[in-house]
Amino acid sequence: MNGVHDMGGMDGFGKVEPEPNEPMFHTEWEARVLAMVRAMGAAGAFNIDTSRFYREALPPHVYLASSYYKKWFLGLEDLLVDKGYIAAEDVAAGHAVQPAKPLKRGKFTVGDVERIMVRGKFGRTAPAPAKFKPGDRVRARNMHPLTHTRLPRYVRGHVGVVERDHGCQVFPDTAAMEAGENPQWLYTVVFDSAELWGPDSDPTVKVSIDAFEPYLEAE
Amino acid sequence: MSEHDHDHHHDHDHSELSETELRVRALETILTEKGYVEPAALDAIIQAYETKIGPHNGAQVVAKAWTDPAFKQALLDDATRAVSTLGHVSRVGDHLVAVENTPQRHNVIVCTLCSCYPWEMLGLPPIWYKAAPYRSRAVKDPRGVLADFGVSLPKDTEIRVWDSTAETRFLVLPMRPAGTEGWSEQQLAELVTRDSMIGTGFPKTPGAPS
Repeated sequence: MNGVHDMGGMDGFGKVEPEPNEPMFHTEWEARVLAMVRAMGAAGAFNIDTSRFYREALPPHVYLASSYYKKWFLGLEDLLVDKGYIAAEDVAAGHAVQPAKPLKRGKFTVGDVERIMVRGKFGRTAPAPAKFKPGDRVRARNMHPLTHTRLPRYVRGHVGVVERDHGCQVFPDTAAMEAGENPQWLYTVVFDSAELWGPDSDPTVKVSIDAFEPYLEAE
Repeated sequence: MSEHDHDHHHDHDHSELSETELRVRALETILTEKGYVEPAALDAIIQAYETKIGPHNGAQVVAKAWTDPAFKQALLDDATRAVSTLGHVSRVGDHLVAVENTPQRHNVIVCTLCSCYPWEMLGLPPIWYKAAPYRSRAVKDPRGVLADFGVSLPKDTEIRVWDSTAETRFLVLPMRPAGTEGWSEQQLAELVTRDSMIGTGFPKTPGAPS
């Protein structure tokens, strides 16, 4: 979706302001939110792409005005309600008043913590040969799905060069919608700054994205 | 965040709690009552993040690459495999890519769409990495962004910005500081800053105040 989360190239957000000696969490609840998202994902309530889509789908004014972990919390609550793991009545009561829904991998317990400290594997067996190889010129498709995609707006319609082939991986666009892993080839595609930002842009800059094959067409 | 802190906060008068804090607690209560999560497991996740991951992991990888040419080549060829050979570094997931800074090219990592970041190597990302100013400008005006960090590069240095739009995670291999000949890996690791592995900073200079 063309949401405010897709920020590459937007103007007006001001300077980057690093916080000296930033703590890992600014409040206790931030840590609890992180832990709940990780635990419920690991228990099988959702995959990482679905959780990203729910944060992106927050209303733009909420997305822009909320802290990072507030967005995580709001996305988590919406997702769990939509998928039937919690009910609006539970949230209103602040307690479980509706029955639980079975989780794909069962209750998340202390014994599950170690396995989630290693990132998941996203590589999959290729269903078809790769269409592109390093050195190929490709155009990012002019596509505007209303659902989740990882093709940022700032490259759409622009021509770049395939630089690396990362093999076949889970396709976020379908995984986010719970429509299957649908593995697709993944490439690093590099763009010149003039192609993205016009002839007055800094000629020393190159920008790459990691693009799934359905995002690309031969040029 | 220890169990003690957690209990302590429960003793506070609710009037001191923000609306968000109340809502987060309510959700945890609901998830616990429904039998989805053990609160102790949430404590353990937080403790693991607080103790097991952090930029010290990335710094060890960089310092080894600075002292061991074969490891450096292996790292650039397949960072996931190379890092997995270091027993003392927490296990890294698949899809890690290391990109090398040279006098000709400086690398900068961003995630314009959300907050993708090499957690195992660098810990949880700082707020600025996840916030709109960095995510919006890093791909369009990286020199301006670097200036916000007090970083300036020669005007003919190529700047390569890597937007982390898939599950690949990028680690910048910064240039080894001059004046460190003969230093041990451990001494060198002390010079490697988090920002130098994102591309928004340089390693510390030997002898300079930290």
